[in-house]
Amino acid sequence: MTELWNSLTKAVDLIVSLDPQVIEIAGRSLRISGTACLLAALICLPLGGFIHFHQFPGKRALINIVQTLFFLPTVLVGLLVFVLFCRTGPLGFFGILLTPTAMVIGQMILVIPLLLGLTISALSGVSKETVDTATSLGASGFQTIQLVLREAKYAVLAAVILGFGRAISEVGCAMLVGGNIRGFTRIVTTSITLETAKGDFELAIALGIILLSLALIISIALNRLQQR
Amino acid sequence: MKPLSSIIEVTGLNHSYGERKILQDLNLSVGKGEVFALIGPTGAGKTTLLRIINLLEVPGVGEIYFDGKCIPRSGKQRLEIRRRMSFIHQKPQVFNLSVYDNVACGLRWRGEAKSRIAEKVDHILDTVGLEGYENRNARTLSGGEAQRVALARSLVLEPEVLLLDEPTANLDPVSTDKIERLISDVARQGNTTMIMATHVMSQGQQLADRIGVLLSGRLTQTGNATDIFHSPQNEEVAHFVGMENIIEGVISESSQGIVTVNIDGKPLQAVSNYPAGKRVYACIRPEDITLLIADSYEQKAVRSSARNALQARVSRVTTIGPLSRLEVDCGFRLVALVTRLSAEELDLQAGSEVYATFKATGVHIMERESSR
Repeated sequence: MTELWNSLTKAVDLIVSLDPQVIEIAGRSLRISGTACLLAALICLPLGGFIHFHQFPGKRALINIVQTLFFLPTVLVGLLVFVLFCRTGPLGFFGILLTPTAMVIGQMILVIPLLLGLTISALSGVSKETVDTATSLGASGFQTIQLVLREAKYAVLAAVILGFGRAISEVGCAMLVGGNIRGFTRIVTTSITLETAKGDFELAIALGIILLSLALIISIALNRLQQR
Repeated sequence: MKPLSSIIEVTGLNHSYGERKILQDLNLSVGKGEVFALIGPTGAGKTTLLRIINLLEVPGVGEIYFDGKCIPRSGKQRLEIRRRMSFIHQKPQVFNLSVYDNVACGLRWRGEAKSRIAEKVDHILDTVGLEGYENRNARTLSGGEAQRVALARSLVLEPEVLLLDEPTANLDPVSTDKIERLISDVARQGNTTMIMATHVMSQGQQLADRIGVLLSGRLTQTGNATDIFHSPQNEEVAHFVGMENIIEGVISESSQGIVTVNIDGKPLQAVSNYPAGKRVYACIRPEDITLLIADSYEQKAVRSSARNALQARVSRVTTIGPLSRLEVDCGFRLVALVTRLSAEELDLQAGSEVYATFKATGVHIMERESSR
């Protein structure tokens, strides 16, 4: 119990004192997961729109596969990226293993199925009449997707929040492809793992609290955005 | 009366959803600037026809011509042509945006300049009586206001062809009146072709140059309002346009444009050229029937030019607002509409003996199809 109390005061201490190392780690977490989530959204929103509005053979199966990938273990994605980008791997010549870039790629792979699947189901919530009305008013296919995404903005933003949450809270992939290199690929979750292994529970818990505080700030910001 | 230059032409249209045939062997041509009303009961295929004309759906069989050009079944050209039309759907679907953005979206999609859009949107909101509503979220509007937004959103595009699907369904009488007035204003300007689906007969009568009756997927009859309402082509159309008295009979005599129809032994005179022996329906609109009290008729206090006077007994009286609807039995059943005042003054009630009189010109004769 004392440990929990101590870590709480330590967390407040670290935050209030703007501990440079903590700020750096938290900032990196935000940057990597934010980039991964943003890139994934840029791919998934139009792609989700395309899949929703087009009929093609195997559509049902595709959606099933996408939904299955919601359950993709993070460590498995890490392994996949590791095998692809390790020096002897097919993409090894990029030389990006153990860099933030590899971490972004890993988290994107993790988030894309979630964002894609939830975008498609968000769009299904927009009535067919709305889509027809837009088409009748002369919207092109792309313009219709834009409008419908805006109509479904609550559900779409919820999907993005969920995607970001999955990215920033995962550790398996970041550890494997980033390597937890201090000052380079160390992020909040990998730090927690390390500090726990070292027995510094206080710092580990403090970092956990910082991660949750970040989540709170982001969720408030996105909520504001939704209400506009 | 086929217009010289048609803007919309539909030929040999057949369309089904799965096994269910929605439209059958449909041909239609609508001229530039014409206001065409498509009337028919719910489920007759009106919406499907409008959707096909708006290129939202590709017909199973058949061609659509727009301004003389045959429209391909897929490809970019469909968008270009669709942008010359506008379609107001039955349930007003406003987007979850401000009223201004709702009305502006069609212009934005067409790439109009911002200043032009502002000018046009302001003007059209004024026209439909929604000035000052620019920043309201359209989802918070009432049904009538939302339908006016939908109308403004379509009219602002200055479409060559405006398609309307039951524009006043689900609206209260005041809103209906407003929408009808707006539509008739556009119609009067004469540069917009309109195709309007409705099951409200009076709407078709008031607003349209020409009416088409769509029954179970077939365009059964087209013509002006008088043609459709007084000379329906067959029993189905007659029923649909509210012809309450449709009586089976056989023509027993025909000379000089006047026929005598034998209805269960009762003779009835009508204006028609069908030859004797023809199996027909005699249609009489209830408001064309005059009821005389028996004794005044016997005294010949009044003499009438009406060719038909049938002895009858009132079997039922119902009051509909200022009118009384009387069912009378004169060997066959007839429905007559008289003012409530007359019914009261003549003390008409179930059991009263009357004469039902109507002119030979008030009887519309139509052929009974041999298959029936």
